[in-house]
Amino acid sequence: MSLTAHDSDLRQRAWNAAAQVVDPEIPVLTIADLGVLRDVTVHDGEVEIAITPTYSGCPAMNMIAVEIEVALARAGFRKPKVRTVLSPAWTTDWMSDDGRRKLRDYGIAPPQAGSGRRALFGVEQVACPQCGSTDTETLSEFGSTSCKALWRCRSCREPFDYFKCH
Amino acid sequence: MTAASITVSETPLVLYVLRRADDALVLGHRLSEWCGHAPMMEEDMAMANMGLDLLGQARELYGYAAKVEGKDNDEDKLAYLRDVRQYRNLLLLEQPNGDFARTMTRQFFYAAFSDLYWRAMMASRDTTLAAIAAKSEKESAYHLRHSSEWMVRLGDGTEESHRRAQLAVDDLWAFTGEMFAVDDSERGLIDAGIAIDPESLRTQWLATVARVIDEATLKLPANDWMQKGGRIGQHTEHLGHLLSELQSMQRTFPGATW
Repeated sequence: MSLTAHDSDLRQRAWNAAAQVVDPEIPVLTIADLGVLRDVTVHDGEVEIAITPTYSGCPAMNMIAVEIEVALARAGFRKPKVRTVLSPAWTTDWMSDDGRRKLRDYGIAPPQAGSGRRALFGVEQVACPQCGSTDTETLSEFGSTSCKALWRCRSCREPFDYFKCH
Repeated sequence: MTAASITVSETPLVLYVLRRADDALVLGHRLSEWCGHAPMMEEDMAMANMGLDLLGQARELYGYAAKVEGKDNDEDKLAYLRDVRQYRNLLLLEQPNGDFARTMTRQFFYAAFSDLYWRAMMASRDTTLAAIAAKSEKESAYHLRHSSEWMVRLGDGTEESHRRAQLAVDDLWAFTGEMFAVDDSERGLIDAGIAIDPESLRTQWLATVARVIDEATLKLPANDWMQKGGRIGQHTEHLGHLLSELQSMQRTFPGATW
């Protein structure tokens, strides 16, 4: 079944509306920046949004689903559906470059690519989002949300959040 | 008024999924018991975070078990309205928190297993289980790293922390064999490529455990007698108490929401 021009236009409008929704815990990032927004489908004028959780128990998912429904309702869509998909599993590799820059500006160190999550006693090198120094240390593997760890800069002495590579 | 227990039609696949869901819920609940009581702020957050991961895994698994069963049950009913003898989790995971060393040892033994288990399950022919595995595998890797580091700090720490960590290893060791046990209902799923044979993970599990225990200057017990029962609902006395707390709201006010 081919997508009609009308559906295609609806899909783009729905995507644009959903893509504006921000993560309630990191409000500088949209769900599009995060890679949480996976897909938008339109069938007979009915729109369905697919999102994927960062972590299995992420409590922000319910909130994000509600915010998407509200955003779509505002954009004129009636009864939008939000569906959660698990596969393929979310990874920080999906985070946009723009998203990484916004995170750093917000004071959260963005995830490092290929930083050896597997390593049992792995050493990661994370740059301080405040002063840029890489002379940093882990305070806690687990931080204020599922997706963050707590670090400290030895150079400027500021503690900071690190968005874990996942 | 109290809500009565439900019945579940435990076909092999329903039972298999339910067992893993119960593992995640029971261990997640145990970790949540530390909330506000951990020895330091960072660990309070760590245990709440890991508990949340496990709760998320439990929800996916219960949801899938309910779907496969195809009856009137849902994730909430499966969690809140089954009695202790209907729970199918590993005995290891229901053991009380005890001191911090005991909690970390329990976590370490299980995370060293679940990390391997979920990675292997990503190849399951059951696409839902494979998808749940792909998420859980990433989370388990963190749990393993966290608890491994604590085993070393506690074992190779002070005389007191070493004594407590060794005591926990000795006491919990007998519950580790159940992770590798397979019964007839699971054998069919293994043959069908839906489940993996946990026996195939044992060598690697033991290598990881032995390496960390050794670095922690601790010793694995020579005793190889293992206690089983959780998978068929024969639990230690601790699970009933855990469930009475976990289920009290839904049992007292059936269907309560807020």
